[in-house]
Amino acid sequence: MTNKLLKGALGFAAVSAVALAGGIAHAKDTITIAVPSFLTGGAAGPFGIPAMNGAKMVTDAINAGKLPAPYNTKGFGGATASVIPLDEGGGATKQVAEYRNLVEKRNVDAIVGYISSGNCQALAPVAEELKQFTIFATCGTPRIFEEAARKYVFRTMGHATADNVAAAMYVKEKFPDMKGYTGINQNYAWGQDSWRDFDLTLQQIMPNTKASDKTQFPKIFAGQYGSEISAMSLDKADLIHTSFWGGDLEAFIFQGNARGLFKKKIGVFTVGGTAAYRLGKKLPNGLVLGARGPYGILVKDRPSALNQWFINTYKDIYGIYPSGPAYQYGQAILAAKIAYDKAGSDASNEQLANALRGITFESFSTTVEMTLGGGHQAATENGYGITEYDSENGENVVKDVKFYPASCVLPPEGQNSVDWIKGGMKGAKC
Amino acid sequence: MEAALTILLDGLQFSSYLFIVSAGLTIIFGVMKILNVAHGSFYAWGAYTAAFFIGKFSDMGLPDALGFLIIVAAAIVVGVILGFIIEQGILKHMYERDEVLIVLATFGLFLVLEDIILIAFGTDPYFAYQPMALLDSVELGGITRDVYGMTLIGVAAVVAVGCWWLLNKTKWGTLLKAVIFDREMGISMGINVPLVYTLTFIGGAILGGLGGAYIAPTISVAPGLGTEVIVLSFAVVVVGGMGSIAGAAIGSLIIGILRAIAVHELPQVELFVVFAVMAIVLVFRPEGLFAPAKPRKI
Repeated sequence: MTNKLLKGALGFAAVSAVALAGGIAHAKDTITIAVPSFLTGGAAGPFGIPAMNGAKMVTDAINAGKLPAPYNTKGFGGATASVIPLDEGGGATKQVAEYRNLVEKRNVDAIVGYISSGNCQALAPVAEELKQFTIFATCGTPRIFEEAARKYVFRTMGHATADNVAAAMYVKEKFPDMKGYTGINQNYAWGQDSWRDFDLTLQQIMPNTKASDKTQFPKIFAGQYGSEISAMSLDKADLIHTSFWGGDLEAFIFQGNARGLFKKKIGVFTVGGTAAYRLGKKLPNGLVLGARGPYGILVKDRPSALNQWFINTYKDIYGIYPSGPAYQYGQAILAAKIAYDKAGSDASNEQLANALRGITFESFSTTVEMTLGGGHQAATENGYGITEYDSENGENVVKDVKFYPASCVLPPEGQNSVDWIKGGMKGAKC
Repeated sequence: MEAALTILLDGLQFSSYLFIVSAGLTIIFGVMKILNVAHGSFYAWGAYTAAFFIGKFSDMGLPDALGFLIIVAAAIVVGVILGFIIEQGILKHMYERDEVLIVLATFGLFLVLEDIILIAFGTDPYFAYQPMALLDSVELGGITRDVYGMTLIGVAAVVAVGCWWLLNKTKWGTLLKAVIFDREMGISMGINVPLVYTLTFIGGAILGGLGGAYIAPTISVAPGLGTEVIVLSFAVVVVGGMGSIAGAAIGSLIIGILRAIAVHELPQVELFVVFAVMAIVLVFRPEGLFAPAKPRKI
């Protein structure tokens, strides 16, 4: 009896050892991806909802194997993903608690999303502490990968430095006679970083221009900018820079337009792309418009199969052209697919991170190179154009669009954005 | 000189916006001793209702001037319906409870009403620019000003005069003052205090709704807009003295003008100014600048 038991045990051990050595994997059939985005508050309509729509649309297409080549294999490493939509509102403290809940109690496989720089800034160290594979989709502050090395956290689009260096370069090219500039930006990491990078870049490339000493930093979601518009109207600066987004962006455009602000000053809107389709004729002509990279209205005419699929599918489902956030969330979901396809649907957080680190991939509208922040921060081109209402087709278009390569508007790997700009943007390949 | 005129107009415009909203808040507190956090929701509902119907009427090809009528109607409809339901359905049953509990109840109501906005109107912002576009703009103090924004000063003046007239020149005002002064004595003198409470709450709600409805054409009406305004309104009411209409007017003026000066001269302290004023007033006069006198009961 004892011999039989011993033989049985040895046999089981041998089979188990062979199985392990042979690497018999238990590939998952399903994975869960938490997708936080603003579903309530002023940022929901122009930012959060299109972002969520983009994420869902791309996830559904991946699950069904309906993305154009080379992404036409079914699923995430073969697994079907279910999206858990989450509201990003409520501030960073609430988001940190929600994030811990997602990882520790709901055991999600991946977290893909986040729009607010404040939230990303607060969540990056938490993600590292919990060793959770996380892709930031939209948030812009460069500090996330410049202030600390990350192992599990990624961002699949360029950061605010690219937006503002590109804006400054576009201004230099299109408005060489500009003498002075001012700005109105929200008073938190995103707004402050955006203004800093724009200001520092102009100091380098247009040294004869002067920044106003009365730049405005109203509270985020303030909604009322009457006094700020007066102050900027009286300011001698002939250009206004803003990184406003969401409801603040649209309120500022309404109020500024009613007071003729954009007839007297050049308006540079680094995130203006989200308003382009929504405001229609109410968007003034002549604004310098960015979309935080090659997304939305700036790439509407790009003919690649991936881009045309994205535009047409989105328009079919949601009845409107996709804006930047839809692209950015779709791009982040696509990056998750690439990581899972490479590492397998049962991959650990570490294996997923290894799979995404440092890769280059074709996204819907551009090439994404994960070359910064130790391979965790994407570098993409960035572009701007000038708004014009196309009365024939009844929609806004952008003219004089110019794209700047990533190597022109982002610091080389290992360099801090501020130091790079202050040092004259050495190594920039424009 | 041009800068001074601009600062004055900016300050008056912002003060007017603050006053219209905080007048309702302070009236409700003065009469009912309720710190109504849900007041921010009246503002938001006013804005949404006005923006929704202005947009609808415009789509139907009706004259844009109707927008002004819609603004007033939206304020009244929102104030009457929400004010009546909340006062009769919830607050009426809590008057004998601790004041802190009532504040918590109104906070809960605020959250519920915000969520109902999402269900009723969705997450997409509404635009109701037509009334603002109708009034065009003028050159004043060297800059362009939209006439619609300046009419806000007139609306605030009408509200202020209306409140003064109601309180000081009508029988209804005398009854209100009696209830404010001593509720129990008012009841013993035969005043229908429950009715006074209901009408006061509805009146305050209408003012909150009017603030939102009037501001709607200048903003992107989006979820969450009631949160910002309630914080500012509390600051105004605390500075002016809780329960005082004159206090709300003076508090709005102080905060509005100082904020405008900060935006023009030292933008870095714009956020700080509003709450610095409140802190200073609380240190030296905790009851606010114009708090109504309280009877000493023996």
